[in-house]
Amino acid sequence: MATGFHGVGAAVAALSSSPSNSFDSKKLLCSPRRSFPVRKGASFVADRSDGSVNLDLNPKARRAQQLIVNAVANKADSSPASSSSKPGHELLLFEALREGLEEEMDRDPRVCVMGEDVGHYGGSYKVTRGLAEKFGDLRVLDTPIAENSFTGMGIGAAMTGLRPVVEGMNMGFLLLAFNQISNNCGMLHYTSGGQFTIPIVIRGPGGVGRQLGAEHSQRLESYFQSIPGIQMVACSTPYNAKGLMKAAIRSENPVILFEHVLLYNLKERIPDEDYICNLEEAEMVRPGEHVTILTYSRMRYHVMQAAKTLVNKGYDPEVIDIRSLKPFDLHTIGNSVKKTHRVLIVEECMRTGGIGASLTAAITENFHDYLDTPIMCLSSQDVPTPYAGTLEEWTVVQPAQIVTAVEQLCK
Amino acid sequence: MALSYLRSSSSRSVNLLKPLSSSLPLRRPISTDTTPITVETSVPFTSHQCDAPSRSVETNPKELLTFFRDMALMRRMEIAADSLYKAKLIRGFCHLYDGQEAVAVGMEAAVTKKDCIITAYRDHCTFIGRGGTLLEVFAELMGRQAGCSKGKGGSMHFYKKDSNFYGGHGIVGAQVPLGCGLAFAQKYSKDETVTFALYGDGAANQGQLFEALNISALWDLPAILVCENNHYGMGTAEWRAAKSPAYYKRGDYVPGLKVDGMDALAVKQACKFAKEHALKNGPIILEMDTYRYHGHSMSDPGSTYRTRDEISGVRQERDPIERIRKLILSHDLATEKELKDIEKEVRKEVDDTITQAKESPMPEPSELFTNVYAKGLGVESFGADRKEVRATLP
Repeated sequence: MATGFHGVGAAVAALSSSPSNSFDSKKLLCSPRRSFPVRKGASFVADRSDGSVNLDLNPKARRAQQLIVNAVANKADSSPASSSSKPGHELLLFEALREGLEEEMDRDPRVCVMGEDVGHYGGSYKVTRGLAEKFGDLRVLDTPIAENSFTGMGIGAAMTGLRPVVEGMNMGFLLLAFNQISNNCGMLHYTSGGQFTIPIVIRGPGGVGRQLGAEHSQRLESYFQSIPGIQMVACSTPYNAKGLMKAAIRSENPVILFEHVLLYNLKERIPDEDYICNLEEAEMVRPGEHVTILTYSRMRYHVMQAAKTLVNKGYDPEVIDIRSLKPFDLHTIGNSVKKTHRVLIVEECMRTGGIGASLTAAITENFHDYLDTPIMCLSSQDVPTPYAGTLEEWTVVQPAQIVTAVEQLCK
Repeated sequence: MALSYLRSSSSRSVNLLKPLSSSLPLRRPISTDTTPITVETSVPFTSHQCDAPSRSVETNPKELLTFFRDMALMRRMEIAADSLYKAKLIRGFCHLYDGQEAVAVGMEAAVTKKDCIITAYRDHCTFIGRGGTLLEVFAELMGRQAGCSKGKGGSMHFYKKDSNFYGGHGIVGAQVPLGCGLAFAQKYSKDETVTFALYGDGAANQGQLFEALNISALWDLPAILVCENNHYGMGTAEWRAAKSPAYYKRGDYVPGLKVDGMDALAVKQACKFAKEHALKNGPIILEMDTYRYHGHSMSDPGSTYRTRDEISGVRQERDPIERIRKLILSHDLATEKELKDIEKEVRKEVDDTITQAKESPMPEPSELFTNVYAKGLGVESFGADRKEVRATLP
């Protein structure tokens, strides 16, 4: 079981996720992993989600407390078992994204980046800094402010086999490209009877920031989730940011990678060797017994902060970062539900029609018999995000509300 | 039928020339003769920000006869599609191209299959021009397995990847940024090929077109934007939709050329010119002045916003097939009878293909879930009742 660390095999890492059903989970998780396009010959570290094994819970709980002090967190690689793995290097999340992008551009000459201010300016969030100098103007392209058309152009280029990475300076601006993303990006593979694949990556920061105003605090995952044919992933740590970026670029499907404005400066130690994260897999952040908390992106940190309080109060929450917003990793989620029988979803989307709403429906449909109580879903309020700081705080789910919700669920 | 009547009326006038050339040797219907013939286009080109190409077009008997056969095939195919639609074998949307065939054949004569073509929903004939077969067309229109998109696309989603035909798009104007993306990929791969992005006079007012044009001009992309101006955006005449209906000038800083779209040779000359221009200087706009005889789609009679006199007037004066027929007959490349035989042969071919297409089966239920993702995710998909339609994706 301890081999989960070094992650030699694709499926091994999943074993540590839950004590029960370990046999099944390995067998079933094998198939999506095997089908995943991985660079031949290179050794890679598969996603070691929780980075630890099934030790008894108290030491883990204490480690969880040490884990989350504030938003700038260090991943718990300090546990004894991990010191034998390669030291890796420390970096911030936007640097991890850049590293992933750069490595893929080095590896495959068909990868190019298009977006506003990605080239000479270096990227509005510095994700593409230095790439234009290294790869030239034809591979890192500064576009005018014309989302509809440059997204369309990225899709057209992808139809011929290029692998563009289209950056929306803020995810909200991609609403202007909705037609291209929905009709062309998502549906062309189907309507052409499989003739064209669209290996495009559309990425950008979204989510509620610090008083950015209503139009710059949009959560587009709720608008895009219905589009058939696309995959959506949300990164939350430097480790999975780099892994998901690389996996998304290598994927033959169109992938939308959601980053969060407030997470760009997270620091973490990540491995030196080449690795990717499975696009369709959820990440087990903290195994537990009492309640399953499903979250993604920034809310993961609110949840972990609440978990600190909950552990002190004697609860044992299992926290899963779902990462894959479309399709949901119902396997990991299902195993968790079967274990804890209580589900809390914490998301940043609005209540109506958000990821949480779909997830609630999916879990109810598939795992209704395993639930002891109805699923609780904490989402942002159905309002445009206000500018005033206090109001903005009330729009989004806060750790205290998560604690209350868990207490209610576990009564 | 009205068409054959018009045909025979024009041949009567040509018969007067017949005795003079009776001494010439008999020519075969599909001539392999490639002796060059120079023909003048019907009207000179009008240009914007560039020098117009010459009015004299080089062609040869083989090409002219190919034009005739291809256009006759396209015309016959569209009319057959009309009947099939009325027989409810084709459902949904069906946008017919008859009247505009010259644009498709003229363009094909000027380019290679390595150049990319992308167009909107009036794509049946462009697909044939790119090498698509009649069977693929009719099967797709009827939603059968033998269709080019396996029956899952329909009239508006014809694609042929191996000959660089990128469709087939339903949303007005959305194909133009895609086309500029194709041009970008061509430049990226240093292919020395160009992309023709076709759109209509209705789409010419779309913002994304100008956005894409701006980017293409900035990055020097080999993109040729072709406005197939049939003067009506569904029911709205061009003068009611565009403040400036001179679509070839709308590019402003991008050069443009106005072409008589009913003259296949003029189209060929313009496309040849545009290809050379785009490879050297970046984007160019071509405006093809053309006309559609049918309404916008099958649900549009086509006579509420224009008079029947207008339609029949264009058919008499400017019909593309008639022009080529007159050209062939006046240069004595084939006899009247041979041309009629070609048309009969084409008609038979279309009828036979329709019979064959009708026999093609409907897609399997599991096809509902295939091709959603390029690589399936190892999941099992099922329909609403979880029993009837099941598929395990790869």
